[in-house]
Amino acid sequence: MPSEKQICLSTSGLTKIYGFGAHRTVAVDHVDLKLYEGEVVSIVGESGSGKTTLAKMLLGLISSSEGEVYFQGIKRDISSQKKKQEYWKNIQAIFQDPFSSYNIFNKIDSVLLDCIHMRGGRNLPHAKKVEMMTEACSFVNLKFEELTNKYPFELSGGQMQRLMIARIFLLKPKILLADEPTSMIDACSRATILDMLMQLRKEIGMTVIFITHDIGLAYYVSDTVYIMEHGRFVEFGSADEVILQPKEPYTQRLINDVPKIYEEWDLSTV
Amino acid sequence: MANTMLEVHELTTKYVTRFREDVYAVDHVSLKVEEGRSLGIAGESGCGKSTLALSLMGYYFPPLHYMSGDIIIDGRNISGMNPDDVRKSILGREIAYIPQAAMNALNPTQKIIHFIEDVIQEHDMYVTKKDIYDRARKLFETVGLPAEVLEKYPVELSGGMKQRTVIAVSVLLLPKVLIADEPSSALDVTSQKMVIKMLKQLMEAGFISSMIFITHELPLLYNVTDDIMVMYAGQIVEKAAAQEAVFDPLHPYSKGLMGSIIVPEKGLRDVKLTAIPGVPPNLKKPPMGCRFAERCKLAKPECRVTSVPLRDAGNGRTYRCILSENELREAYAREASQNAK
Repeated sequence: MPSEKQICLSTSGLTKIYGFGAHRTVAVDHVDLKLYEGEVVSIVGESGSGKTTLAKMLLGLISSSEGEVYFQGIKRDISSQKKKQEYWKNIQAIFQDPFSSYNIFNKIDSVLLDCIHMRGGRNLPHAKKVEMMTEACSFVNLKFEELTNKYPFELSGGQMQRLMIARIFLLKPKILLADEPTSMIDACSRATILDMLMQLRKEIGMTVIFITHDIGLAYYVSDTVYIMEHGRFVEFGSADEVILQPKEPYTQRLINDVPKIYEEWDLSTV
Repeated sequence: MANTMLEVHELTTKYVTRFREDVYAVDHVSLKVEEGRSLGIAGESGCGKSTLALSLMGYYFPPLHYMSGDIIIDGRNISGMNPDDVRKSILGREIAYIPQAAMNALNPTQKIIHFIEDVIQEHDMYVTKKDIYDRARKLFETVGLPAEVLEKYPVELSGGMKQRTVIAVSVLLLPKVLIADEPSSALDVTSQKMVIKMLKQLMEAGFISSMIFITHELPLLYNVTDDIMVMYAGQIVEKAAAQEAVFDPLHPYSKGLMGSIIVPEKGLRDVKLTAIPGVPPNLKKPPMGCRFAERCKLAKPECRVTSVPLRDAGNGRTYRCILSENELREAYAREASQNAK
């Protein structure tokens, strides 16, 4: 039961306003989010509904215009770089575009070594570090021996995204924020990535926030679904409730517009 | 019996890399599309779907080269034609092509109507601007686009609107075959639905006689096309009616693809998505036997040595596997019962 679980991350009245005057755009509008430990939450919305802005605020990559973020019940403090790094030990992200997620000057070994160092493993013997990296790579079906001395851009999109999951495996954060992790890869690799994420979640018991525009995907992975329109949550609840019996017209439209295979796809509604 | 609009026999095309290596991206592909029918092509990225679309147009430019085979559009063989002749007399009139990012084809400094004038005058010199405007307006009204769009610049239109405009322009010369290569993958779900609705309207109104639709989104393909063809590593591995291809796939690769479908419908959460392990083979050195053998659960030693021909399963259904229909179905049933346990 979610109510018995502890709140992991919550926000109160989180708002982001871009520009001012005539160009004032409210991207995220007084959002209240409650995340319980160990659950998988999806935030679904069309492009331009403010999903990514919300994600960036939760990560602390951009500042909010109004409102606060609470981590494990305590107000988040990321006023200095040191405090930010402390916060990022608890929350990590996988982004949409794997090609721009890596530093192009760093080799794959150093990408993974950084993760071990961040977890306080700086003084471990080298053999132990290699063992840890090999374990992480084999978890995502990559071979560490083939990856050493390579740069991230030498991998394919699917492999890069899996390497991203290997990073998460080493870092073991409390919260994982996945911002459209499968939108750049095709349907077959999508299943692989999702399975790996879900297995990883079981293994280290983390909370996952899934940001996606694909309502089918949200239904498949999550316990709770939030539907976002113009920076606001219009509907939320358990996945079965929201997807199978949607109440809001916006949610109904989103679900109707997705092509289905068991029910008829009604083309007359657009 | 309906007229055959597009018939392709054993078409083979290759890419030549800058190291002079040959990559056979389309390997002995045969297909047939009849009047009023639509054919869907499915497959993962890199299996030759888009190259097939480019090859079907008969318009080759390096690194893509024509090797062998025939492309017959409404009784006329266009294979081996001079590229200039193809551009003048085939593209647009006989066969039209919509690439994935078609909306980027619009010239930002020109109004839509001027773009349309250019397109029509390139193919037909003796037509007045008044006629062009009337034709364009009539077409736009049929597909539910407002006629004001004609007087606008591309920047004034949204992504979905631009995509629909380009599709409308591509069928102005009444092509016999329309090839749509992922026309909706860059759009959100509502715009995607509008694009699909428009393509269906164009078919019904007779602006296009037949359609080839390429995508990796299987639920979409199932809803749009009559037949589905599955491609793997440059070859056709299965062709069947949409219903059969999605609910009763024969080839192990098609089975794997159908196992990765995600739709927001009841029962989705109970099934486990199946992923196909491994990666497609390198087409510079394609494997000797079955190209899927490396990733196939049902592979036998002989699969890797002998090349597998397409087999007929009746009702226009074909598949490429050494196992018989019954053997495949038994194997899938066994697997399903194991998963249930």
